[in-house]
Amino acid sequence: MTATAVVEPRDTTSAPAAPVRPLSTHLLRFDRPTRILHVVIMITFLGLAATGMPLLFSDAPWARALAMLFFGFHGAGLAHRFFGLVLLGAVVWHLAVVFWRAFVRGESGLLWGPDSMVPQPRDFVHLYQQLKWFFHQGPPPRFERFTYWEKFDYWAVLWGTLLMGAAGLVLWFPMAASRILPGWMFNVALFVHGAEATLAIVFIFVVHFFNGHLRPGKFPMDMVIFTGSVRREELRRERAGQFERLERAGALERLAVAPPAPAVLARGRATGAIGLSVGVALFVLILYATLR
Amino acid sequence: MTARIGLLCATACLVPWLAGAAVAAPPDVKPPTNEDCVACHGDASLKRDDGRSLAVDARHFEASMHGPMACVDCHADLAKAELPHEPKLARVQCGSCHDDIGGKYRDSIHAWAKDRAGLTTAAPSCASCHGTHDIKAHTDNASRVFREQVPATCGSCHSGIRDTYDRGIHAAALKKGDSRAPVCVDCHTTHSIQRADTDKWRLGVTAECGSCHAGVVDSFRRTFHGKVTELGFTRVAACADCHGAHDILPASNAASMVAPARLVATCGKCHQGANERFVKYDPHPNPRDYKRSAALWWANRFYWVLIPGCFGFFGLHSLLWFRRSTKDQEKRP
Repeated sequence: MTATAVVEPRDTTSAPAAPVRPLSTHLLRFDRPTRILHVVIMITFLGLAATGMPLLFSDAPWARALAMLFFGFHGAGLAHRFFGLVLLGAVVWHLAVVFWRAFVRGESGLLWGPDSMVPQPRDFVHLYQQLKWFFHQGPPPRFERFTYWEKFDYWAVLWGTLLMGAAGLVLWFPMAASRILPGWMFNVALFVHGAEATLAIVFIFVVHFFNGHLRPGKFPMDMVIFTGSVRREELRRERAGQFERLERAGALERLAVAPPAPAVLARGRATGAIGLSVGVALFVLILYATLR
Repeated sequence: MTARIGLLCATACLVPWLAGAAVAAPPDVKPPTNEDCVACHGDASLKRDDGRSLAVDARHFEASMHGPMACVDCHADLAKAELPHEPKLARVQCGSCHDDIGGKYRDSIHAWAKDRAGLTTAAPSCASCHGTHDIKAHTDNASRVFREQVPATCGSCHSGIRDTYDRGIHAAALKKGDSRAPVCVDCHTTHSIQRADTDKWRLGVTAECGSCHAGVVDSFRRTFHGKVTELGFTRVAACADCHGAHDILPASNAASMVAPARLVATCGKCHQGANERFVKYDPHPNPRDYKRSAALWWANRFYWVLIPGCFGFFGLHSLLWFRRSTKDQEKRP
């Protein structure tokens, strides 16, 4: 009977009043606003990369052709500003929601604790354990809801969007900016915009794609960001800390959702495939421009 | 005996042919020699009805690049003419020998003006710059197309531009004997001269400035202006928009377009409302030059640490992860 006790979750005992029902096969990981935010960031990020790269790599042989895809430099510039505004708007909206939830509704769990995106001591412990696991020196870390590399991605997007958004606005409205800033700030703004863009593009198209989608076990794509849910066993295996914490608290079944409908899965696969392909294609262009 | 008969037959066959040839040829088979021409044109007082001189100084001609040639090599329509010839001659076709240069000239704005716009006397042909009977090599300092003579030669028509050019630092350098100083043809070319107000021309001339000012063009390419123009689009500043074209002067000269006191006006040509703070922008930044801009230097330093740091850490992280995961998968049945 010991074996059964290990395999069977304990929520039948911790919630005796609930009617006995089969355990859900899928658990919610990303709610709808989060999934929408990811798709918006994904589309605008790819759009910003594609419309900005002709300028960043203006000496590359493909630069002019890429700009012509957006009807020339002026079209690319217009599209770049549009995507930039949408991305900046989405990130500012997200921050507003987080602040409202944390400080008005008092969801302090957003600011600290296992469900928070804020880096905490356990993240450094997890990193240490993960490195040990890479070298067969220990078991994989028992991750909480967000891993250290996911937190890095999150803060990188936040920092990158705000910094590049600010620099982009300075370059977009130089006359207004020159009322407060000296002209050499345009030089700094352009440099920072380009350097941060290089960092962001290569980071997303290599590190994020690998960590999130292309690594063995997830290849070719992790659908969780499009469907919102993961299989129960997957959560147990990959977020052992979160799974067992919720299980102990009897809160696991609050995350229960129906398996993703085939249409949702198909839409997610298409969106992800397009995003990954565009990203990889743009990365190849960068490689070509840098290594030629 | 046989040989004599053979010779007779051959002669018999040739006679009608020789006779026919003699009848068909014009009375004067020989084209006029240079001496024939000089017999009349050597007279210094020989004039056309309208008073223009028709004299050719044989010594000048013989000392020219074309000295060994016959008059009729160029005045080809006189090769079969009887002397004295008709007053109206066909135009000399330099391109019949100099065919590559002739092709370039025919595509130029000068040929367009002459042949299509009808500026038959105002627009230059070959002779307008090179002369006629006294053509000298462009390496000969007496030539009208000798490097240091070029501004004067072009200026004989474009006198306003010549005056502007004379005010600039390039003309001053040329006068001091710096043969690297640009003259008209360095930017405008010699024979394929095009309109200078087209996008193609404006974008292309940056490379010409860069053939001497390489570092300056490199720094320009780091700016928004430089990148947009490199992509082949305009509406942003290229060299001449800020520095002027013919009367370029160093910033230290108060008359320069880029003199500190004139920057607000110069930038303001495009950036309406530019102010003193706006023009602190550096159109030729160098992130490695701390003295030029400490802020840019620090930004460059920061990203030189951040970018390799991020990619170094996560690159290694991904590689190790990949290695570990593939080993795990191999173990699975």
